[in-house]
Amino acid sequence: MSDITDTLETSTENPVSGIDQSSGNFKYDMTYDFDAGTGLNARTVDYISSVKKEAPWIRDFRQSALKVFESKPLPTHWATKDLENINFDKIRYYLSQGQKPKRTWDEVPEDIKRTFERLGIPEQERKFLAGVEAQFDSEAAYSNIKEAVAKQGVIFMNSTEGLREHPEIFRKFFGKVIPTSDNKFSALNSAVFSGGSFIYVPPGVKVSHPLQAYFRINAENFGQFERTLIICDEGSELTYMEGCTAPKFSTATLHSAVVELVALKGAKIQYITVQNWSSNVFNLVTKRGLAHEESEIKWIDCNIGSRLTMKYPGVVLKGRKARGEVISIALANDGQHQDTGAKMVHAADETTSTVVSKSISVGQGRATYRGVVHIPRHLKGCKNNTECDALLINTNSRTDTYPSITVRGDKHAVQHEASVSKVSADQIFYMQQRGLTEGQAMSLSVNGFVNDLARQFPMEYSVELKRLIDLEMEGSVG
Amino acid sequence: MSSLEIKNLHVSTGDKEIVKGVTLTINTGEIHAIMGPNGTGKSTMAKAIAGHPDYTITQGDVLIDGKSILEKESDERAREGIFLAFQYPSEIPGVSIANFLRAALQARMAEGEEIDASAYYKRLYQKMDLLKIDRKFTSRSVNEGFSGGEKKRSEILQMAMLEPKFALMDETDSGLDIDALKIVSEGVNSLRGPNLGVLLITHYQRLLSYIVPDHVHVMIDGRIVKTGDKSLALELESRGYDWVKNELQPA
Repeated sequence: MSDITDTLETSTENPVSGIDQSSGNFKYDMTYDFDAGTGLNARTVDYISSVKKEAPWIRDFRQSALKVFESKPLPTHWATKDLENINFDKIRYYLSQGQKPKRTWDEVPEDIKRTFERLGIPEQERKFLAGVEAQFDSEAAYSNIKEAVAKQGVIFMNSTEGLREHPEIFRKFFGKVIPTSDNKFSALNSAVFSGGSFIYVPPGVKVSHPLQAYFRINAENFGQFERTLIICDEGSELTYMEGCTAPKFSTATLHSAVVELVALKGAKIQYITVQNWSSNVFNLVTKRGLAHEESEIKWIDCNIGSRLTMKYPGVVLKGRKARGEVISIALANDGQHQDTGAKMVHAADETTSTVVSKSISVGQGRATYRGVVHIPRHLKGCKNNTECDALLINTNSRTDTYPSITVRGDKHAVQHEASVSKVSADQIFYMQQRGLTEGQAMSLSVNGFVNDLARQFPMEYSVELKRLIDLEMEGSVG
Repeated sequence: MSSLEIKNLHVSTGDKEIVKGVTLTINTGEIHAIMGPNGTGKSTMAKAIAGHPDYTITQGDVLIDGKSILEKESDERAREGIFLAFQYPSEIPGVSIANFLRAALQARMAEGEEIDASAYYKRLYQKMDLLKIDRKFTSRSVNEGFSGGEKKRSEILQMAMLEPKFALMDETDSGLDIDALKIVSEGVNSLRGPNLGVLLITHYQRLLSYIVPDHVHVMIDGRIVKTGDKSLALELESRGYDWVKNELQPA
């Protein structure tokens, strides 16, 4: 079982790190110490809970979530029927090598390091490795809190560990931003969650280095259900970055995460995701933040790849003058459906929300924007600005926009702009005439289209995004 | 020395034949002007040589140094040394001129080779100084919101950076006021030299007082009907295209 199915020698295309970064098309066989088998029932949930040596309240939480999951229908009355193709009985809900999170790089097993290399973490990102929490399958195989961060009193660990070591903080916020019954997939996650990050930033602490996590799926038919909870106490600041690459599999894979953020008074959280799922992954993620008075929550979300992504990062603006922002980029290539958007719930006076969404549809790729902005009647001085732009590359592409803006009362300012543009044949010819191949020309158009958003990313992430777009566009030319 | 040979070239768009057998050889170091009334096939010929997908070459050949380029994609033709200065250049939102040119130069390098960024910018700024272009220009998106003059200057800058063997300049003077025309002409003149051949497509003689051609061809109804030196342009200016047309009438 320890054979490397795809050897490391295959290519060294990346000049920076000397490793192949081509879209994560690789996998290792791994030996799993714990395996919940396929299918989901009360016994599976019990198994997960006992392997993780969880407190009884967590086991109860999981079991009641399972009942909610089973009772809720798929949301196909508004979402795509493709969801019906998920065979929940064929999914493995828990696999673990039984490793405890590692403290230092030296202690990380060689095979895991090799997988890290295959993941193609560029050199400039390796310097962040000290602060990385990376998840291999269900458990974090590597976890090292950067010393400076720990000295500031920041708790940064695997959420399994967090539950064990800091139940007093965890329990207070867990499942409060996104209740189990929020939707079918948040219920599923609540029943079988495993891994993910837990972060607590004490009052007034500004974390200077972005904290990072890498998630990937590494076993056939294996679903990943990480659960992340981030709490920024009063006046603190944090940037968290999540990157995903996934090996390519022949059968569909389900990824269903739940991410909850809590920004207490005056805190600032920025959560950045750049993901590139292989084209058979169902990526159904619930992400929401709760913003207290004068706090700020910003989601930066780049969705590339997957068979179907449904993700609508949201902010509940609970305190006066809270601010929420969602910046999202989605690229739907042939056979892919990116169903993304944002949810802004205004629940206090003078709250502000901003949504900027850019989608690119290539070939038969389909991009859908769904936005919810809710401003109730009793509030005053709320502002929302929504902008969604779609770029179509070739005439088969499809893009839809479903904005739902509910504004009651007359003391608010709301703005909504939408545009659809096309990469024209003339534009491609112009670029080709300068010597760029058709693929390079399309890639440059796409990068130009998202450029104003990409500029807001940390440097290494905008480089990563550009690289992913290049790969995606090169592959889309016949 | 390189040569661009156009041999009995016929070009159609849809069912309509626009260019009806043009033969012309341009050597590096030479400037050829093609003049003619609107709609006689001048621009069509240039676009077809550059490989525009809307135009079909039905007969004839185009060769660089004796080798046909017609089987090649437009980007390959560009990398072999064909540059088309567009009459209406496309906008590329979000892509700066600096990044665009860098990508175009990178596309000319061998696999695994990386462009040297500092050398690139040094060269870019040199060319911009030469063409009297403000450095702020490079951070603007390609052609987006450019005035007519700025678009043409951007084309000349691209030409200066990509150093083609043959530049096909499609109505470069159209839409320019006299000041912009002078600046663009100075640019072309500064690039003039033994390694560049130019095909200057124009409707008016005006441009040719700034860029003096070695050869002047008159194109009417898809064919070159008269060839001469720079004096032919002046004669056309004073006598008009009807003069050539009348000459063509059988006596």
